Amino acid sequence: MATTAETFQAHGDAHDHAHDHDHKPAFFARWFMSTNHKDIGTLYLIFAIFAGIIGGAVSGLMRLELEQPGIQYLTLWATWFDGKPAEMNTALHLWNVLITAHGLIMVFFMVMPAIIGGFGNWFVPIMIGAPDMAFPRMNNISFWLTVAGFCSLMFSAFVPGDTTGLGAGIGWTAYAPLSTYGSSGPAVDFAIFSLHLAGAGSIMGAINFITTILNMRAPGMTLHKMPLFVWSVLVTAFLLLLALPVLAAAITMLITDRNFGTTFFDASGGGDPVLYQHLFWFFGHPEVYIMILPGFGIISQIISTFSKKPVFGYLGMAYAMVAIGVVGFIVWAHHMYTTGLSVNTKMYFTAATMVIAVPTGIKIFSWIATMWGGSLSFKAPMVWAIGFIFLFTVGGVTGVVLSNGGIDDNLQDTYYVVAHFHYVLSLGAVTSLFAGFYYWFPKMSGKMYSELLAHIHFWVFFVGVNLIFFPMHFLGAQGMPRRYPDYPAAYEHWNHVATDGYKIMAVSVLIFFINIAYAFIAGKKAEDNYWGEGATTLEWTLSSPPPFHQFETLPVIEDAHHH
Amino acid sequence: MHAAPAELSQRNRRVGLYALLAALAMLGLGYASVPLYRLFCQVTGFQGTTQRVSAAQAASVKVAAATMSIRFDGNTDRDLPWEFKPQQVTQTVRLGERNLAIFTAKNLSNRPIVGRASYNVSPDDAGKFFNKVQCFCFTEQTLEPGQEVRMPVIYFVDPSITKDEDGKDIRQITLSYTFHEDKDASADLAAKAKVASKGLDRAGNAR
Repeated sequence: MATTAETFQAHGDAHDHAHDHDHKPAFFARWFMSTNHKDIGTLYLIFAIFAGIIGGAVSGLMRLELEQPGIQYLTLWATWFDGKPAEMNTALHLWNVLITAHGLIMVFFMVMPAIIGGFGNWFVPIMIGAPDMAFPRMNNISFWLTVAGFCSLMFSAFVPGDTTGLGAGIGWTAYAPLSTYGSSGPAVDFAIFSLHLAGAGSIMGAINFITTILNMRAPGMTLHKMPLFVWSVLVTAFLLLLALPVLAAAITMLITDRNFGTTFFDASGGGDPVLYQHLFWFFGHPEVYIMILPGFGIISQIISTFSKKPVFGYLGMAYAMVAIGVVGFIVWAHHMYTTGLSVNTKMYFTAATMVIAVPTGIKIFSWIATMWGGSLSFKAPMVWAIGFIFLFTVGGVTGVVLSNGGIDDNLQDTYYVVAHFHYVLSLGAVTSLFAGFYYWFPKMSGKMYSELLAHIHFWVFFVGVNLIFFPMHFLGAQGMPRRYPDYPAAYEHWNHVATDGYKIMAVSVLIFFINIAYAFIAGKKAEDNYWGEGATTLEWTLSSPPPFHQFETLPVIEDAHHH
Repeated sequence: MHAAPAELSQRNRRVGLYALLAALAMLGLGYASVPLYRLFCQVTGFQGTTQRVSAAQAASVKVAAATMSIRFDGNTDRDLPWEFKPQQVTQTVRLGERNLAIFTAKNLSNRPIVGRASYNVSPDDAGKFFNKVQCFCFTEQTLEPGQEVRMPVIYFVDPSITKDEDGKDIRQITLSYTFHEDKDASADLAAKAKVASKGLDRAGNAR
């Protein structure tokens, strides 16, 4: 991250202000009251890495417990955690707390802040030739609301969740009645409140991106000339704007059901818990596209850069994302096939879900077509991007399998589902994050990382995550259910393999941090356009790192400009 | 910076405001979904929601020769100290014919309790053909300590079920009720009883 280097630089500036043409504010004002889109992007990235370490460590605990059948560690951890000898129910509650924490942290405090708040803030204004975001101060509020939400979630771990133990054990979906009268403690209120805060921050961020992209493009930068990463963030911002308020409504109803005697989701007062699931998934399905679409944008930039060609089928690529966003709003009940939908309803949701494979296929094939006949160079970001295409396609294929209402009756809530959504998110979205990181890190920090370490990181990561998640397809197809800390001995072999895969993946993360440290300590200074002629978007016209304020004179985009 | 920063900031504010309004509209839609969902279930029989008809409407339905087996189920929320069960396990009825089924409920506790029944039929597809003319589930039921009551349901099955794509194979419909305590209403009742016992009843002014 840019922090270490620029922090020192900022200190230096304070002593030497007269010579500072950038007019950077002093340390506290710069990083805590920041209105600069690049600084806020940096803050988001640091925050996402921090949250990702916590969320990743939680999944490590879970994989450790799942290495063998039976309960090995959970009772011990619950004893440490609750500070008194733990009973079995307390240990099992801790398991629910762990799956809740892992899901919420990774979705709301790792992937979203990194891919939208981090890369979006850094590169959307630069790519459209704008000096900053439309509402710089709201940008600051968005970030700190996200941090406050994270604190609220962390705090929830230290207050009672229900009568058996500390922390909120409601899953990331927070289904009623488990999240209403099923969990009486204040931890659940704090967890729900953390979603309110993070959601409000994201909605503000979405308003900011929409306004910036619609109003602040440089002269000549028409919508149909925008880089695909900007397109992806624009579509994502609309998804956020339309989906998150529905989640806010649903979880506000949870809060009032819990504390103020309403019965939105309680049958005893005429409510219906299934309504919560409809509301949640009306948000939840667009949410998965919110996490992956900016990744699509990043991959498009990278594939184009390292093929030294414009993206194949630019308009098709842009409108495929729009189509995914639109159709993403009308497929939500495929998460609810076993709640008693009629055959006709299931048929509709099956068909609508499968339709999404069409625009997604357009994207996959257009990336391949971009590489076809290109002058390829397999630099680290390109290797990560190709890895993304492979892993995301595997996850997409199992998604088509699961979209079948009939098959889903069998696979609902098994490890097959876990394997599917980790292939598209943990492997897909996270791989696109690493691809984007290696693509833009020297631009952001001004330092080159070690190309060799980046390649080693990729291969170790690739082997690790596939070892974790591919066997889960087998486990799920054999009927192993999600959300349990224990399983029959028949499932032991592949669970053991998955835990070994986690250890390999953990080593790859270590390599990643060594590489960042290397870049800051010994990294070569990055040139303005270190990827050469394939990199044509506006960030490559600026220095590395870019000046504190860029484009004081707006760039003019000529007709011949590449996408 | 920009050529006309004031003009730009005004345009930004306008777009930002529209976006904010869109977000607020979606928030409103989230809440509007509560009555809309109820309406949707009532109209379509979604998830086995039964239909409610007036006696006059019921009288106009022609009785068919075909029969249907109806199974009855009654249970309670685990926190409700009532005994609640159907008096008959099954009835075989002619389609379109009005029938009476009786459920019995007994308050096993020593306090008056207000209960409300939630209901549906299984299979779900039968919901839009199962009509109730009169039902104890339309209103709240209050049982004094130890009181036992018989509660009627008057219902009929719409003969058009035999012509429906989803309904034509249905041979048996299960009508199920679950009684829940309406805690607010029970608390009100207890409070009133307390006031009355102290001779301070101001029923005329209070509720």
